[in-house]
Amino acid sequence: MPRMKRTAVRIYGWFERRLQLEAPVKDAALHPVPRSTASWFYVFGSAAFTLLFLQIFTGILLALVYVPAAGQAWNSLNILNHQIPLGWFLRALHGWGSNFMVAIVLIHMAQVFLFGAYKYPRELTWTLGVFLLLMTLGMAFTGQVLRFDQDAYWGLGIGASIVSRVPWIGGGLVHLLLGGPIIAGATLSRFFALHVFIIPGALLIFALLHVWMVLKLGVNEWPMPGRLVHRSTYIAEYEQLTHEDGIPFVPGAFWKDLVFSGAVVAAVAVCAVVFGPYGPGGQPDPSIIQTVPKPDFFFLWIYTVLSYLPPQMETPFILIVPLLAIAGLLAVPFVAGEGEKSWHRRPVAVLTVSTIAVCWGVLTQLGTTTPWSPHMNAWSSDPIPVHDLQRATPLVRQGAIVFQAKQCRNCHSIGGSGGQRGPALDDVATRLTIDQLRFKVVTGGGNMPAYGKNLTPHEIEALVTFLETLHPANEPPAYDASRRAVETSEAQPNRTAPEAKTAAQPRTDP
Amino acid sequence: MSHEEPNSAKLPVQHTHSSGPDAISSAQDPRVISRRWLLLTAGIALNGVVGLVLAVPIFRYLFAPWKKDASYDSWVPLGAVDAFPVGETRLAFYKNPSTNPWDGQTDNVACYVRRESADQFRVFAINCAHLGCPVRWFPQSQLFMCPCHGGVYYADGSRASGPPERGLFTYDWKIASSQLCIDAGQMPTLSNQAKLVNISINPGEPSCRG
Repeated sequence: MPRMKRTAVRIYGWFERRLQLEAPVKDAALHPVPRSTASWFYVFGSAAFTLLFLQIFTGILLALVYVPAAGQAWNSLNILNHQIPLGWFLRALHGWGSNFMVAIVLIHMAQVFLFGAYKYPRELTWTLGVFLLLMTLGMAFTGQVLRFDQDAYWGLGIGASIVSRVPWIGGGLVHLLLGGPIIAGATLSRFFALHVFIIPGALLIFALLHVWMVLKLGVNEWPMPGRLVHRSTYIAEYEQLTHEDGIPFVPGAFWKDLVFSGAVVAAVAVCAVVFGPYGPGGQPDPSIIQTVPKPDFFFLWIYTVLSYLPPQMETPFILIVPLLAIAGLLAVPFVAGEGEKSWHRRPVAVLTVSTIAVCWGVLTQLGTTTPWSPHMNAWSSDPIPVHDLQRATPLVRQGAIVFQAKQCRNCHSIGGSGGQRGPALDDVATRLTIDQLRFKVVTGGGNMPAYGKNLTPHEIEALVTFLETLHPANEPPAYDASRRAVETSEAQPNRTAPEAKTAAQPRTDP
Repeated sequence: MSHEEPNSAKLPVQHTHSSGPDAISSAQDPRVISRRWLLLTAGIALNGVVGLVLAVPIFRYLFAPWKKDASYDSWVPLGAVDAFPVGETRLAFYKNPSTNPWDGQTDNVACYVRRESADQFRVFAINCAHLGCPVRWFPQSQLFMCPCHGGVYYADGSRASGPPERGLFTYDWKIASSQLCIDAGQMPTLSNQAKLVNISINPGEPSCRG
């Protein structure tokens, strides 16, 4: 045994004499960090770093099989899913690893921001971090493109349409983005290069520099309210803190990083097993137009924003706001590089983070339900509730048929099913009189097209008669008092005022 | 110049070889140092020139797809004119004029053809004018609806509601040898179609290609 040990030591010595890595590794591992940083709040950066390597590793494994050609990519993904043993698991690991990585990078950023870690002297660490976030999102988008299915195809179309809005050079930029005039083979090839070489290369270099600076500048100490950062004194204060109340980075703080990273990778694996890989969805054939494209989870909020912006604001918003947001993030350490670090005394910072988080959550939630999209098959698949048709006159039934056949259902729901673009019509008769209904159907308005040209007068009559029956049993439909006066006086020219009894009765109640 | 001394001090191998009064004096000789610096500068300059010379073709290669719109467009046939009944809107397909063998199904492009009268057509792009999603035609209600953000268009392609800023994109068309041809070749976006105001049609031209 001692002989084996001696041999091992000799072999280690042989390598160490040539590599000379022991000293720098020891320096990095044993450098003192403030005791307060050995915290579960400080584990997200290392977890993101771990996930980066998981993504590189699983990505290389997928590249052993994936064919980055527009004609074959979709087939090769299906072969990965169904024919190669555990190919589905590798795809699931890579897909869920991507989700976790975006999430953890965002959490890491919020934590660093709230802990004031971007302040002097760590400004550049933050700046690199902003680029790391952008590159992580870039990896998520280009990865979605490599899953070359219908969503990827039309997602590229949306990207190209956004780029086309750049003044003057928009057309050229679209060609550059797509590698040609349309989304085709050249597009996938260049997104493959972006996803596999260009962005990961830059990401790796930036991430290593980011970690290098953390080692050189020290882990940010736990912020204490009232302990302000001054450029002139901070370095000395930090040195004093690490020496008086410091512990070596390994194992003092590092064990929590290790445990959390392991847990995150395990969580990725569990999600991969339980939920499986993402797609691929329908084949990337642009002549198949029966599709409802949707972006991946982390881009749903953009999808929502793009549907709610007024048309005239859209182009300036799309082109200017992202640049302002990036500039704002980059400016943070240079605007507030000194002063208070603790979130207890930075209400604006806390409000900013919580506002962004709430907005992001709401927009993402809306993006999963897409209330602005017509339900393309509602008109042919969603039934009219039975109680709406019981004791209905032939005209009302005909109106219900018009309602379905003219795709009204695609935007308006009845009985909880149908589109949500327009208001639900379960009690529309209580809100609009029959004349207002007719006017609305014919002229449209707001987000409703005008159906005047697309419906015959008979169809309109049947439709509004049907709509007039849509009210709760105990609530009469809205009616126009003056109209009733006119109708009554027309029927009985000698009478001047309508009878109260007839006015109270709904005209077309079945 | 001041960098020279600490650098050479860090290289023990060189130090032992260059021991002696001559070596010390030559290391401190400003002429020798300036000659080395001159050579270094020359090396940097050479690499700079080579880099520039290489950058031109690399730039040209990278920007190869950046061409004028017209260089991508050409007339493509959509099928016999008789295949499109008067007063109806039909989905039609064509192969994109510029293709690569590895494009797969992606060069299979769809469009909507509306025959307004015996000799009048309107050919709409499948792409919503908002962000390019594929709009669907509903002949019952005579509307185009977009599944993405809820853009709706009338039968003549004009905007009905939703976020689009304009009506559907249209292709120029002509009839040649009783074939309906359209001027196609690139994805319609606001950058290439928004400016299309004057549509020049040359009916009676002999061939679709040209």
